[in-house]
Amino acid sequence: MSTAIAVRFDDVAKTYRSAEGALRALDGVSFDIREGEFFGLLGPNGAGKTTLISVLAGLTRASSGRVSVHGHDVVSDYAAARRRLGIVPQELVFDPFFSVRETLRIQSGYFGVRGNEAWIDELLHELDLGDKADANMRQLSGGMKRRVLVAQALVHRPPVIVLDEPTAGVDVELRQTLWHFIARLNRQGHTVLLTTHYLEEAEALCARIAMLKLGRLVALDRTSALLSGAAGTVLAFKTDAALPPALAAAARVTGRIVQLRVQDAQGVEQTLAALRQAQVPVEDLEIRRPDLEDVFVHTMNQGLVEAASAATSAAGASS
Amino acid sequence: MNELPHSPAAGCAHGAGTSTAFGLAGAGTLFRKEVLRFWKVAFQTVAAPVLTSVLYLLIFGQVLEDRVEVFPGVGYTSFLIPGLVMMSVLQNAFANSSSSLIQSKITGNLVFLLVTPLSHTAWYVAYVGAAVLRGLMVGIGVLLVTAWAAPMQVQQPQWIVVFVLLGAAILASLGLIAGLWAEKFDQMAAFQNFIVMPMTMLSGVFYSVQSLPPLWLAVSHLNPFFYMIDGFRRGFFGYSDVSPWLSLAVVGGCFLFVAALALELLRRGYKLRA
Repeated sequence: MSTAIAVRFDDVAKTYRSAEGALRALDGVSFDIREGEFFGLLGPNGAGKTTLISVLAGLTRASSGRVSVHGHDVVSDYAAARRRLGIVPQELVFDPFFSVRETLRIQSGYFGVRGNEAWIDELLHELDLGDKADANMRQLSGGMKRRVLVAQALVHRPPVIVLDEPTAGVDVELRQTLWHFIARLNRQGHTVLLTTHYLEEAEALCARIAMLKLGRLVALDRTSALLSGAAGTVLAFKTDAALPPALAAAARVTGRIVQLRVQDAQGVEQTLAALRQAQVPVEDLEIRRPDLEDVFVHTMNQGLVEAASAATSAAGASS
Repeated sequence: MNELPHSPAAGCAHGAGTSTAFGLAGAGTLFRKEVLRFWKVAFQTVAAPVLTSVLYLLIFGQVLEDRVEVFPGVGYTSFLIPGLVMMSVLQNAFANSSSSLIQSKITGNLVFLLVTPLSHTAWYVAYVGAAVLRGLMVGIGVLLVTAWAAPMQVQQPQWIVVFVLLGAAILASLGLIAGLWAEKFDQMAAFQNFIVMPMTMLSGVFYSVQSLPPLWLAVSHLNPFFYMIDGFRRGFFGYSDVSPWLSLAVVGGCFLFVAALALELLRRGYKLRA
């Protein structure tokens, strides 16, 4: 991987003002994404992920700070910056007047790229859209429309690809097609910035991850470092019974599945004893290492960490 | 699976060519897309306005032909035809840029344009150019299907060209401004029905303002649409209510104002970029 910087966020802040008051969506966010990196941007709803991407894409103007793409400022040198960016928007939007092929030709033309038929054909093939090339956008299913969004973002061959929750609400087949394709582009040197709520995807794909909370950077490190830095063990089991209050407060509950973070073997014994004492029946007991979701939940619950120290830690880890 | 035929460094669109060349190509694409957008529904965007004008001609021409002679030797139907042509041009130029922009904003597909390197000037040229083209196509259509109804003449064609182009460009620019400003379809409808439509209908399309009482004559002279239609009509008959040079000054000034306003709003990203 290159050490050159593909995307730089430098003390980016954004405040939305309205009659109801001011909302600080981004609060001094700074980090770099290196060329060729597969980078994950995570955070709960309202954390500022889409705002940060909107600033990068020129859809939103930062209140302060700078953003650059391959050294080109997204405001003062926006044309050069945007030529290097391919954005897959979160919303499933399309122009109902045009077919898939027309849509891709038009998007290509906006970037001044003519005679792009070979690449358009390649994109249609790679994204399994070949038989839909002449179909009107209105006739496509949601998954097909999502594929077209990806093709539109790639049609001018940008070196930096930004995917804003690209797999939200799409089926397994499309996810696999998409990730296979994006991972291959990344291997060929494309920089990828991904936001997603599917943390297993982020863990599998992203070499480095930033986490945002309430507009501030709360974690920034290599994915492996985030995982190895997560202390303790996760005790996972299924139950229909209510947990004792002391355990319920710290538990992550998804339907019948309960996950509890414990520090060590003694913690496991104490937790199991508490469950026995409360007569909570336990099925499918499992003890495992924390995954990215555990790290994410722990980070979000932990409170804000100074962005500067996170950035310093990441720089040290990657040097 | 085959290797993709590009690499980030070599294949990127920024790898060759100048910014100006990219900008021109991009603006050309946006212009063609805007033309294709209305042409795909030409029955609604071109044929329907032509039919509306023919109905106006049949009704007003039939009723008033023998009762009114506006200019010496010019019958009412002959007088009416250029007015109808210009009214169609103006209304359709406005409709094209305004409806395209508001639809893209509301459906959200404007994002595909917002993420491109196109400059605000390219946006303006493409949107206004396509809207002017639609206005001209409708105007030519109206002229072709109404010219049989009365003897027509072309005395000073230069005024026809100047006023039709400037008038269409003004309304296309106004449509762009309205499309940027409006956040809902009813706001756009209000702009169209309470500003554009009255100013068009009360501009002398159906009558000479000289036939109005003094107060309404004075009010008409405050309406820039009056100068567009009066100057345009001058090209056909060699007669007009005011000097074509005065009309040119008013219409030209209006164009510069709305063009500058539209360009500034686009440059600022008014209601486009938060």
